[in-house]
Amino acid sequence: MFACRCTERRFPEQDAAVYSRELRMRLSKLTRRFSLVVTALVAMLSMPVAQAAYQLNMTEGVSPISKELYSLHMIVFWICVVIGALVFGAMAWSIIHHRKSKGAVAANFHESTKVEIIWTVVPLLILIGIAIPATGTLLDLEDAKTNADITLQVTGIQWKWKYTFVDEDVSFISSLAQSSRDVIKDPTGNEHYLLEVDKPLVLPVGKKIRFLFHSNDVIHAWWVPALGVKQDSIPGFINDSWALIEEPGIYRGQCAELCGKDHGFMPIVVNAVSEPEYKEWLAGMQAEAAAAAASASEEWSMQDLVARGETVYQANCSACHGPTGAGIPGAFPAMTGSAIVNGDAAAHIDILVNGRAGTAMAAFKNQLNDIDIAAVITFERNRLGNSVGDTVQPSAIKNAR
Amino acid sequence: MYNETTHDGHATHDDHDHHGPARGLMRWVTTTNHKDIGTLYLWLSFTMLLYGGSMAMVIRLELFQPGLQWVEPQFFNQMTTMHGLVMVFGAIMPAFVGLANWLIPIMIGAPDMALPRMNNWSFWILPFAFAILASTTLMESGAPAFGWTFYAPLSTTYAPDSTDFFIFAVHLMGISSVMGAINVIATILNMRAPGMTLMKMPLFVWTWLITAYLLIAVMPVLAGAVTMMLTDRHFGTSFFDAAGGGDPVMFQHVFWFFGHPEVYIMILPAFGVISAIIPTFARKPLFGYSSMVYATASIAILSFMVWAHHMFTTGMPVAGELYFMYATILISVPTGVKVFNWVTTMWKGSMTFETPMLWAIGFIVMFTIGGLSGLMLGVAPVDTQYHDTYFVVAHFHYVLVTGALYSIIAAFYYWVPKWTGHMYDEKLGKIHFWWSTIAVNVLFFPQHFLGLAGMPRRIPDYSLQFAEFNMISSIGGFAFGLAQVFFLYIVIKTIKGGPKASDRVWEGATGLEFEQLPSPPPYHSFTVAPVIK
Repeated sequence: MFACRCTERRFPEQDAAVYSRELRMRLSKLTRRFSLVVTALVAMLSMPVAQAAYQLNMTEGVSPISKELYSLHMIVFWICVVIGALVFGAMAWSIIHHRKSKGAVAANFHESTKVEIIWTVVPLLILIGIAIPATGTLLDLEDAKTNADITLQVTGIQWKWKYTFVDEDVSFISSLAQSSRDVIKDPTGNEHYLLEVDKPLVLPVGKKIRFLFHSNDVIHAWWVPALGVKQDSIPGFINDSWALIEEPGIYRGQCAELCGKDHGFMPIVVNAVSEPEYKEWLAGMQAEAAAAAASASEEWSMQDLVARGETVYQANCSACHGPTGAGIPGAFPAMTGSAIVNGDAAAHIDILVNGRAGTAMAAFKNQLNDIDIAAVITFERNRLGNSVGDTVQPSAIKNAR
Repeated sequence: MYNETTHDGHATHDDHDHHGPARGLMRWVTTTNHKDIGTLYLWLSFTMLLYGGSMAMVIRLELFQPGLQWVEPQFFNQMTTMHGLVMVFGAIMPAFVGLANWLIPIMIGAPDMALPRMNNWSFWILPFAFAILASTTLMESGAPAFGWTFYAPLSTTYAPDSTDFFIFAVHLMGISSVMGAINVIATILNMRAPGMTLMKMPLFVWTWLITAYLLIAVMPVLAGAVTMMLTDRHFGTSFFDAAGGGDPVMFQHVFWFFGHPEVYIMILPAFGVISAIIPTFARKPLFGYSSMVYATASIAILSFMVWAHHMFTTGMPVAGELYFMYATILISVPTGVKVFNWVTTMWKGSMTFETPMLWAIGFIVMFTIGGLSGLMLGVAPVDTQYHDTYFVVAHFHYVLVTGALYSIIAAFYYWVPKWTGHMYDEKLGKIHFWWSTIAVNVLFFPQHFLGLAGMPRRIPDYSLQFAEFNMISSIGGFAFGLAQVFFLYIVIKTIKGGPKASDRVWEGATGLEFEQLPSPPPYHSFTVAPVIK
């Protein structure tokens, strides 16, 4: 820039040819600089495109329902655009032409039953035109019961999801991945920030899956846009919905109903795979559960329990009781120095297994296995500023159930 | 000058018969004058607008970029909850009650509201109600954090201790609203000047009459909902607790049976304001007056029949979903009639574009955008995808900010010369309009995209794909917030002084307040009823 200004000062002393050459050089220099800036800007804007930034519209999705919803959405959208264009067009015309500064003289008409009837009846017909396809789509959407291949129970829990394959005896909890928790102050560059879980839900493609939703505590809503499924999970109710995933892939979603403090931190990840891969995954999950059941009767060392307990604590307890056990004053009690944690182990086991009625403290017997409960109790009693010194074995949890 | 059509001498006599206002603070505490009480309501509303707006700034600040930088999630939820409650019950509703107090008596030729002492009481409850609500922010448990819709069981079993203060505050607001509504109905039905038949009333009066009935019908339902919450929390009942045989979804039915008419409570008086402003600046009578009255009544009646369209994902039976979808999209017919009537009023008029007209036109355009997205939301199957996303946030801010709030600001510019006798600064008013309108669209339009792309509402943090539009939205938010501080300056400047407004104020203005009263009107106006021909 400074170089440019210097040349400028020299111009008047030079002849026209030099002047025009200099000008051309300066112009080309400027153009180059400008194109550099533009390239940089474009690069900056297109970088996040890898993550579908600036997405303007709904996803078409990968299930028959999501596609039907998408086309209905587009129909209604374009009808709205046309209505808007007509209304705003008439308004704009009037604003441009019927203004006093242009000498417009006001007409005096103020009533016309004929016109009123027209603009009551025409919108009514448009609405009927919308209602017909909408009714069809709604009936398809609600058709969860017929010919379902797989029934999956989805339980909303503050702030994670529990998935139970009813016919396969497979059940697990899926919560926000530690990789997202670690970068919560500055997630720059974390590709699937807040949309990554520790254990994704694996589903087969080409099968009709019937979801049954319910909740352990408050109302949640399970939403995966690409599957066209959003349904509330409500304590005391069982809602259903369905999806048939047509393409393998990873589909992400979130809880959509305000469910308390960490509502924004309970993502959903669906990994859609071929049927053989799905069967393999199921078998792996069953083997894992069997192994856990076997080791539950073993005697665990303090070290192993504390190590495992820390992971369980951070995934299940830290949201309320704090990563360091400090709790949230006035809302959630601290673990550090807590009378229950530092008192009799039996009471500590009881509150974890059975929860505390009328409070946010859930009964973890439905969420965690014996080892995890034993581990997290041992962790709490010996870390987070506590030093009781005892261990709680998985067998004690089994007895307490 | 005013009241020339009435009995000789009486008019000029008035000023001697009646005292002006008392002086000092006690004037405002003990006043039973509709103009004073209207002013009090409007100032309360402005205070709450800035208070609720400052919470919106916290929300937009945290959402400026991904990651948690400024506030904790629990505090964020307190902000969204309090922002919603304060804006709905503190900013929009009291502003319309303030306008009703100021305008209804001078529009129908009444000397005051029918029940002036109750009027005083219904206002003075509110500062206490909002002080109680605001105090929860300072409590150990923090303010309520379950959203302004306070769905059970998040608002019962899982709620912070401060919820009881919230319940009490809502009760007080409800009592105030019902008293205000009774007063409006009593005034309109009993105190019209001779010859002011119902079908001659200005539309603002009509829309308020209908709104008042809505208030009386639904505020007790809200009171019932919070009372059931209270007994669930403390007295062992299980209205909304599934474990005790109750039903959490019933809470939503009860809430939205109040909540849906409530959104019309916040927009019907706005229709009245716009129906006054557009004809004035088009210099042409309102097109389809009687169809406007019938459309308002139809919207009010339909508003009781559509509540469950807020609940399409709760697992209603399919027959229920179909019914609520049909009923909901039907509302767009009378609403459309209103928009068409306004546009036709402008058509072949002789328009000028003073500040109130700009805000009114801004209202029609952006309220229509909100109405069209409302039609999309009414279509049940796709609503399952829009529901609880930023698409909904964009929708209701278009109808409440660029709808209700814009009409309130339009009303301020339109009637403030009448109220104070001072013209506002036209240049500043226009800057305020353009600044606000650009900012508000930068703020809310991208939220449509965010919602469609999959961003849920009420989350303190989001994944990186939503970063760009959130940053744009936040920038618009800060600019819009600042514009309203600028508005405060305009308001104070206008009250303190300004060019003298004529009695008619606007070339095309009609109605008793412009045709028969000076600017400003005397403290007691129409002590002798005008005769309407």
